Amino acid sequence: MAADPSVSQNEYGWTPDQPLIRLVDVHKAFGSLQVLRGVSLDVRKGEVICIIGPSGSGKSTLIRCINALIPVDSGTIRVEGQEVNDPDLDKLALRRKVGMVFQQYNLFPHRTALQNVMMAPVHVLKQNRKEVEVRARALMAKVRLQGKEDVYPGQLSGGQQQRVAIARSLAMRPDVMLFDEVTAALDPETVKEVLVTIRELAEEGMTCILVTHEMGFAREVADHVYFTDKGLIVEHGPPADFFANPKDERTKAFLGQVL
Amino acid sequence: MDLVADWFRHLYDTTGINLTIVYDPYDRQRFLSGLGMTIYLSVVSIIISTIIGAIGAWAQGSPARAIRAFVNGFVVLFRNTPPLVQIFFFYFGLGQILPRVENDDGMMVQMISNVQWAIISLSLFAGAYNVEIFRSGIEAVPRTTTEAAEALGYTRLGVYRHVLLPLALRICLPALNNNLVNLLKTTTLAYAIAVPETLYVSKQIWNDSQNVPVMMTVLLIVYTALVGILVYIMNRWERFLSIPGYGQGAAR
Ligand SMILES: Nc1ncnc2c1ncn2[C@@H]1O[C@H](COP(=O)(O)OP(=O)(O)OP(=O)(O)O)[C@@H](O)[C@H]1O
Ligand SMILES: [Mg+2]
Repeated sequence: MAADPSVSQNEYGWTPDQPLIRLVDVHKAFGSLQVLRGVSLDVRKGEVICIIGPSGSGKSTLIRCINALIPVDSGTIRVEGQEVNDPDLDKLALRRKVGMVFQQYNLFPHRTALQNVMMAPVHVLKQNRKEVEVRARALMAKVRLQGKEDVYPGQLSGGQQQRVAIARSLAMRPDVMLFDEVTAALDPETVKEVLVTIRELAEEGMTCILVTHEMGFAREVADHVYFTDKGLIVEHGPPADFFANPKDERTKAFLGQVL
Repeated sequence: MDLVADWFRHLYDTTGINLTIVYDPYDRQRFLSGLGMTIYLSVVSIIISTIIGAIGAWAQGSPARAIRAFVNGFVVLFRNTPPLVQIFFFYFGLGQILPRVENDDGMMVQMISNVQWAIISLSLFAGAYNVEIFRSGIEAVPRTTTEAAEALGYTRLGVYRHVLLPLALRICLPALNNNLVNLLKTTTLAYAIAVPETLYVSKQIWNDSQNVPVMMTVLLIVYTALVGILVYIMNRWERFLSIPGYGQGAAR
């Protein structure tokens, strides 16, 4: 057990005892619109963090920057030590570590549920199709969709599609999962089935960053809650504290509205 | 066979309907080879022009400005000029400039034959339209869908091959269908550079047999049938590509 730290060090000099994701003073503007105005946060391995905040406060922008879907203007983002704003960034290497699930599921409509789960490992990681299929079937079972393997996304309910989307991301065996309001487009009954899946993931130790409007869920699963407003992190803390006695006026006002 | 030939000869004698292409072996041979040439021109140009469309639409999304400008220039040039002028340009213009080569009989001939020029110019002509058709399909694919592919680590080419193109193709198939029908009909322009396709051989036949109205009618029927077959194949393809719960007949 006397581990030599250099053994577990990755190519960027990152060791698992350091934050898995580290944002330092991240700025982003779309034209003249300042969307992120100096955001810093750390996410440790196995941690679940929830980001909440009013519409337009930059939550989606923030998590899109983490897997380089959006380039940042200044500041640094590191994922396992890999600098995301490096111009020579190997996006593939980054994106295989970071899974992402979207509000609108965004499944590939021309492929069956199982194929959706299998595509990226086969096409992107060039893994063996047979082995990927075994794993994909297991993932379909994990998200409780046995029997729906050969069905097309258009034939699934929103909640089912979202669970396929989660399985599709997991098939890449990411180290961290980003969820951007993944239940916002669902009707109340199906929200629960998706949340159950996410909670299981969190309990298994998956590192998760969740943007959510489900305050009850955030309180339950999060290790840490961040409240954003106008591109800044206004307040953050463990959920018990955060929800019981928010300090900032803006947080109070927001929680007053949604709770 | 003789019986059929005799019947058509009798038809000519009694009604004046002179279908030499049925009863006269020489005319029949000429006509069938013309028909074969039309099918050959169509199939090859359809395939090449579709590939041009798919690649051109991909290049239109290139980050390199020069590549985008090149594709746009190509599209404008070939859409804004008459196809007959294009064929003449290639055959009489470019064809004359290119060095001549010696053929098997020791004759000096154009490096690229008239049939090859016809295929080249027809493919480019239809390809220019196909670029625009594919682009319209690509633009109809939601940005979020391609974003999901990017988030999974697909490269730009990977996104195009596995997500954008398959979806765009399904969206633009009706427009593609129209353009390919047009292409099939435009193969008759190869007549102008003496490619022995259906129209060209028909003219030879009616010159020899003095049966212009009959051959005209035959031409109309032949092209109606050819286009009918193409449309049938395209519809089968469309049905084959249709996705349950997506596009036509499904709430999106
Ligand atoms: N690609 C873009 N180009 C220009 N403006 C953008 C772009 N993406 C987002 N914005 C703007 O940036 C601001 C923040 O958007 P963002 O989507 O990050 O907010 P959000 O906190 O996720 O909101 P919501 O809760 O509604 O999803 C908004 O005003 C939005 O209009
Ligand atoms: Mg958002």
